[in-house]
Amino acid sequence: MQEDTLLQMRHIDKRFPGVRALNDVDFTLRKGEIHALMGENGAGKSTLIKILTGVYQMDGGEISVEGEKVSIRSPQDAQNKGISTVYQEITLCPNLTVSENMFIGRGKGAWVKHKALEKRADEILTKLGIPARSSQQLGSCSLAVQQMVAIARAVDMNCKVLILDEPTSSLDDKEVNMLFALMRDLKSRGVGIIFVTHFLEQVYEVSDRITVLRNGELVGEYLTKDLPQVDLVAKMIGKELDELSDLSEGDVHEENYNEVLYEAENLSSSDAKPFDFSIRRGEVNGFTGLLGSGRSESVRAIFGADKVNGGNVKVKGQNVKITHPIDAMKHGIGYLAEDRKRDGIIAELSVRENIILALQVMNGIFKPISRSEQEAFADEYIKALNIKTASRETPVGSLSGGNQQKVILARWLLTHPDYLILDEPTRGIDVGTKLEIQKLVLKLAEEGVSVTFISSEVEEMLRTCSRLIVMRDRHVVGELKGKDLNQAQVMKTIAGGEA
Amino acid sequence: MKKNVKRFFSGGLGQLTIPIIAILLLVIFNLIRDPSFFSIGIAHNSDGNMVLAGNLISIINGASELAILAMGMTLVTAACGGQDISVGAAAAIAGSVFVKVLKSSGGNIHGGLVVAAFVAACIVAMLFASFNGTLVAVFKIQPMIATLILYTCGRSIAYWINGGATPTVSSPVINAIGSFIPGIPIPTPVLIVVLMAILFRLLFHFTSLELFTQSVGINGSAARLNGINSTFIKLLSFVILGVCVAVAGSIGVSRLGLINHETLLLDVEMDTILAVAIGGNSLGGGKFKIGGSIIGAYVIQMLTITLYAMKVSSTDVKAYKAIVIILLVVIGSPVVKAKFSKFASKVFNKEKKAVVKGAE
Repeated sequence: MQEDTLLQMRHIDKRFPGVRALNDVDFTLRKGEIHALMGENGAGKSTLIKILTGVYQMDGGEISVEGEKVSIRSPQDAQNKGISTVYQEITLCPNLTVSENMFIGRGKGAWVKHKALEKRADEILTKLGIPARSSQQLGSCSLAVQQMVAIARAVDMNCKVLILDEPTSSLDDKEVNMLFALMRDLKSRGVGIIFVTHFLEQVYEVSDRITVLRNGELVGEYLTKDLPQVDLVAKMIGKELDELSDLSEGDVHEENYNEVLYEAENLSSSDAKPFDFSIRRGEVNGFTGLLGSGRSESVRAIFGADKVNGGNVKVKGQNVKITHPIDAMKHGIGYLAEDRKRDGIIAELSVRENIILALQVMNGIFKPISRSEQEAFADEYIKALNIKTASRETPVGSLSGGNQQKVILARWLLTHPDYLILDEPTRGIDVGTKLEIQKLVLKLAEEGVSVTFISSEVEEMLRTCSRLIVMRDRHVVGELKGKDLNQAQVMKTIAGGEA
Repeated sequence: MKKNVKRFFSGGLGQLTIPIIAILLLVIFNLIRDPSFFSIGIAHNSDGNMVLAGNLISIINGASELAILAMGMTLVTAACGGQDISVGAAAAIAGSVFVKVLKSSGGNIHGGLVVAAFVAACIVAMLFASFNGTLVAVFKIQPMIATLILYTCGRSIAYWINGGATPTVSSPVINAIGSFIPGIPIPTPVLIVVLMAILFRLLFHFTSLELFTQSVGINGSAARLNGINSTFIKLLSFVILGVCVAVAGSIGVSRLGLINHETLLLDVEMDTILAVAIGGNSLGGGKFKIGGSIIGAYVIQMLTITLYAMKVSSTDVKAYKAIVIILLVVIGSPVVKAKFSKFASKVFNKEKKAVVKGAE
């Protein structure tokens, strides 16, 4: 064993009823390195992390920290052994102050010395260069700063191993850079960081080493500089990426239709400033812009998801009023929401019930779809979209993220919409499923369905959309099509160059 | 067979496991204590009808109002993630209206009048339920706080309806509702429970109310974005509970032949909520099983009657009840369930391994 080995996991096995989640997986973390843990959804990343943090107990294998064999029985136990985690969803208390959050649950006795703690918190924050004051309410900080406070808390607890699970998924570029700076700083202090993310570019920007898992098995450990991005993707999905190149090289699809399907003038809602928008039949367009630029708010206004304040809306040339989701649905509009957990799935209901939900709502409460029909619909779409589920009666919450997303897609496809709005359909899901969804979008367009596609990955939008609406600070600042559809032009427009 | 046993112990029956175990335990306990406890005899009642009699009959009969209220409460719980604590008071109002209409004819109570009285009770109960429902669904007030209002003032309103009196109503029709229909040996309230259960079954069969209610209860935001009018669903759950309240109130009045606004279904709201909980329904809303709540109601009633049969004084009964309920709720808690199903799977896996070895 090398001198600088911080954490070693060997021959880790974990079984769940009917599934072998991890099979003889090794993982090694050295002092002062940022180690990316990569794999598609269902590869076993989360399971491995949860074993390391004591959420799950392994069925076989051994873990040693700094050469000493340990058994980790609970999250508390993991923390005591110097293993801390900062999760995707921030698990601090937004209504407490920064310093309270940093020291909560760690004091001895009932008396808290606020002043002393705040002073100490400020010292740590300054040392780590985190732009927050200890007396500030945590909820008033940006998400990135909140995450950094969570990291500061971990650092102050003398963590040796820091696990960052999708820390960047809700941050914008500037915030990501701030986080990376902090990560590099910690690295120089000898902390070993396990970095889990779906953003390949970020892996290459910040990590030293990559471990790839696939289907619960170890594919290999690589130095980041020795592994080209294409090879990484190939290792993750286990096949060469001809399909991906297929898509990226394929021309923007031909538009077969000219009829304007949906048209809005001066549409505004409680969250969206007035904007004009239209889409033709069979067109795929997209809203782009930084997080918070108003792209989601705009499509929510189209669907009537927020309180609509005004504007003229025409569907197929007819003036219509869309103020509630049900109005939009009746006019053939479907909307896959950005936040799958909060706005998409009904977690405890079965895959079948989740799939038929929107159609049932459109049919009305007095025309229930018969059980046998429901089953037929569910089976049809489980097959068509290749949804991986134990059965159609499995609660949708127990599926992986990508498969949950497919269930929601199935829900809207079943309503046979004329116009489908997909807000971040590929966020947090694996490369293979991403590809399937992109292909599906293009196939739908060919069949005459209009699609509005939103993604934080510009590349993905360039592959699928024939027109991009660029937003900045809640205003439409440009529209790109044809030869202007390239990364450089999009970035320039977002950043505020001339369109 | 073995598979079923395993499924049962690993909680595979889902939420019905606990209520069924509870009722089985009570039955076994009673059989050991007194094998004749469940004997059913045929007796002549005071009207000279041949009717079924025995502890079992009085348990099932006595739980009728509770079971009916529990059905409606399950729906409110599922949709709103909270409970209506005013059902007892609302039943007193409904009962008072029922009697008021019966009294309006000056003594001659015939079938048509009873129907009219019941319809009036229903309408009033539904109105009060809509008041509760509006506070919860439109103004987003927590159900327990919203219904605290009617809980507090309901019995006063009931008092005003009959001018503070506790009038009696006696008529063969009322007697038939409260005890037995001549020629049928089963108590009428039991038949009404069966009828209500069938009505709920039909409601869920011919509408999508079950799916929509569960969706609203599990994830209101997603339900709204799928076009479900969650305000309407929540309001509707209260109105349906209102109907249950009117039915329970009318049965209560018919049993005694009088309305006592102070004591009619007193403290029933807590038993109702308990029945829903024992039935394995999450009090935080979401997935539900009406059948579970009905069994829950019978568990509570069987417990009470068992205690009385053991000569526990009525003042002590509540304390003993509480002990058993603590046990039930703890056994039904997710922590114990998880431990138990782990244990069960271990035991059965061992057996499986032994079988495999034997085969080798």
